[in-house]
Amino acid sequence: MASAILTAAAPRQRSAVPGFGITFGLTVLWVSLIVLIPLAALFLKTAELTPDRILAILTAPRTLHALKISFGLSLAAAATNLVFGAVIVWALVRYEFPGRRVLDALVDIPFALPTAVAGIALTDLYAANGWIGRLLAPLGITVAFTPLGIFIAMVFIGLPFVVRTVQPVLEDLDADLEEAAATLGAGRWTTIRRVVLPAVLPAFLTGFALAFARGVGEYGSVIFIAGNLPNVSEIAPLLIVIRLEEFRYADATTIACAMLVASFALLFVINALQRWSQNRTGRL
Amino acid sequence: MSMSVPAEVAAMPAGIETPALPEDIRSEPRAVRWVVIGLATLFLGLFIMLPLVNVFTQAFSKGWAAYGAALVDADALAAIELTLIVAAISVGANTVMGLVMAWTLTKFEFRGKSLLITLVDLPFSVSPVIAGLVFVLLFGAQGTFGPWLIDHGWKIVFAWPGIALATIFVTFPFVARELIPLMQEQGTQEEEAAVTLGASGLRTFLRVTLPNVKWALLYGVLLCNARSMGEFGAVSVVSGHVRGETNTMPLHIEILYNEYQFQASFAVASLLALLAVVTLLAKTALEARIGRRHGH
Amino acid sequence: MSFSFRRLAFAALIAALAAPVAAPQPSRAADVDILNVSYDPTRELYVAINKAFAEKYKAETGKTVAFKQSHGGSGKQARSVIDGLDADVVTLALAYDIDAIADKGLIAADWQKRLPQNASPYTSTIVFLVRKGNPKGIKDWGDLVKPGVQVITPNPKTSGGARWNYLAAWAWALKQPGGSPETAKAFVGNLYKNVPVLDTGARGSTVTFTERGVGDVLLAWENEAFLSKKEFGDDKFDIVVPSISILAEPPVAVVDKVVDRKGTRAVAEEYLKFLYTKEGQDIAAQNFYRPRDPEVAKKYENVFPKVDLVTIDDPAFGGWRNAQKTHFSDGGVFDSIYTN
Repeated sequence: MASAILTAAAPRQRSAVPGFGITFGLTVLWVSLIVLIPLAALFLKTAELTPDRILAILTAPRTLHALKISFGLSLAAAATNLVFGAVIVWALVRYEFPGRRVLDALVDIPFALPTAVAGIALTDLYAANGWIGRLLAPLGITVAFTPLGIFIAMVFIGLPFVVRTVQPVLEDLDADLEEAAATLGAGRWTTIRRVVLPAVLPAFLTGFALAFARGVGEYGSVIFIAGNLPNVSEIAPLLIVIRLEEFRYADATTIACAMLVASFALLFVINALQRWSQNRTGRL
Repeated sequence: MSMSVPAEVAAMPAGIETPALPEDIRSEPRAVRWVVIGLATLFLGLFIMLPLVNVFTQAFSKGWAAYGAALVDADALAAIELTLIVAAISVGANTVMGLVMAWTLTKFEFRGKSLLITLVDLPFSVSPVIAGLVFVLLFGAQGTFGPWLIDHGWKIVFAWPGIALATIFVTFPFVARELIPLMQEQGTQEEEAAVTLGASGLRTFLRVTLPNVKWALLYGVLLCNARSMGEFGAVSVVSGHVRGETNTMPLHIEILYNEYQFQASFAVASLLALLAVVTLLAKTALEARIGRRHGH
Repeated sequence: MSFSFRRLAFAALIAALAAPVAAPQPSRAADVDILNVSYDPTRELYVAINKAFAEKYKAETGKTVAFKQSHGGSGKQARSVIDGLDADVVTLALAYDIDAIADKGLIAADWQKRLPQNASPYTSTIVFLVRKGNPKGIKDWGDLVKPGVQVITPNPKTSGGARWNYLAAWAWALKQPGGSPETAKAFVGNLYKNVPVLDTGARGSTVTFTERGVGDVLLAWENEAFLSKKEFGDDKFDIVVPSISILAEPPVAVVDKVVDRKGTRAVAEEYLKFLYTKEGQDIAAQNFYRPRDPEVAKKYENVFPKVDLVTIDDPAFGGWRNAQKTHFSDGGVFDSIYTN
């Protein structure tokens, strides 16, 4: 990959701005050192295994469950954030109400709060003797140490990605379109569905993808609140750590590679979807 | 894939928009409005605000004296020191290289550019645990370069260099991603003019480019710093958990939590939570700045 | 404008904090640095041991020795040492984990013969910690598989204590009338069906049970159970001693490759020998580890209940390497419990 860039190292057209050679060289060096070589090591380590062994590791019920939990719950959490993110964005952008700015600032908390802090705080809240857990326990709902707890943690960390991606697009949305639709007799709901939604859909898809990608790989905030029970509440990143602790490096890297490939595949699909949606609506 | 959350925020107007009047054709019935606002408030309160409040409540559950004692404990101080050092290295490296990468990726056209941008974004979608794992594979005693390094007295994993490397990886895209959209938008005319007038490359960068992007840069630095100080998964894999030596603040929080010292654990956590709040305040201020400067 | 300047100053402060200042590593003045890599529940024990040894060493040689501790699941800690964590001594939960380090050539293969009593200066066993008054009436291992009983134990793959828990349960099942490896396997399988949370280390499980209020019974190291009662008060938990348990021998060893490189062998060996002295044994007993020294054991005999203890060298297990292979390795008995 790197060599492909290197062969093309001359700028396409001569620019009057100096410094291409040195900054380009440094960029390639830095990207190679920090990103490419380490990730290549991951794939090389996995390549030491026979294809049969790789297949056996990946199709082991425990691996499949862990991947299913990470991807499945992350998908559910991203979907939840899509719905509530829409409600929050709408309230923040379209309405003026007391405390709006505080709410606006709150959205960013999961982005800035360290994941371990979020993890212990959420566990403390949702454990059977916590503030929220105590209220849910009589209803027979246990959140902490169940997949539901993992879901809650993923919702927490994913929210800002949806809100912050959609917010600027909705703010920039031209008022004329909606007014025109209304003038032409469209009801409010129809206007939102037919005019506003198509315009903000690409942003929603991007936000969804970002929240999803973040949730799949999340570790710090999840391990405290997950029960870490194999086949039930064990996330894929934890399984990687456990394999590592069992001295099974190749197993760890195999699952890691699978996660990388799967997230990329999904992100590509969503990006393609986004492009298609942009083309369809003619919005950039 | 675009990790352009903050960038798009950066490009948005100062956060003040015309409030929708009740009779506005673009608004909904009053009942709908209140349901939407209520839902938004409830969701944010329950999911975001409550955990934050919980951190501080627990931290002060035994009073100020216990809170202070937890923070001046020798291991806690060592953890804070290491966290600051690692954050300084990671933010420093990512700031300098973020500027370099943004310069190459925005001021010139070349083949393979979009691939390079993708690679810059890549660490964002890699699980932090994997980020730690790759450095153990490379520099661990059983790893590719590990035996050679150990023979020559170099310690990477289970020492601060490994922790710094893992942190740099995790925060890799943060600064560059803030700069790239902005510098792309600004184009190269100002720089070209400066060069034509005889300014050197470095002088052009310092006098023309840097002032143009300083707010976005600061913004990227803030986010990078917050993430550097708070990283848990990647650091946990490469740390070795030696008290007073290779424990960062998030790891120290975990240790205290496992030692029945819940209040002390939340006290250290409250420092990081405070950092998050301060980061957000600064971020809000910066957003206003960026918006004013480059507002559309 | 003025307010934004104030905010700007705030931002500048943060930026200054993050500025790449050349920060030297803290240097702590001590003649010798010793890193002890240990398992989860020994946190409090080694705080006391390190303090006592440092004082004794200072008095005898005039030199200061500074200790560093690392704690975690036993298997995970062994992995860190194999990957290059510079441990002068390892004090782990079971011999197999030190064997794993020895297999990589970091420790001499005969490490267990270099110190008395299988290189285990103290022992422990596995007991049940239940909620006050024992509401579920848990008396022995058989009660753990009853419907509606929630059992808390860590993951045997990563935790040493969990492996002792598992083997103690196995030993009990074998000794029941008509017991065989098949019935033992079925019993252990049913036991894990009652486990709602599987933490990676013993301490994680203790926190889950005591602080989070999950589960009816915690399978715990005896010292963990005593410590929990001490930390949370006698009115919260009761200790139940089962009819049969296992003699857990947490071993210690000097990491040869590291001490030879660092030149710390003399102190490290002295340190481990200190664990066998009257003083060391006394500290172990105070931290609820069963002392080996007969005199010290006599002094604390009222603290530790008498239990019928099987050992890992019992023919049912045939030593750690065998037990590890049969039960905990890839595709072993434990895996079959969770893949079915």
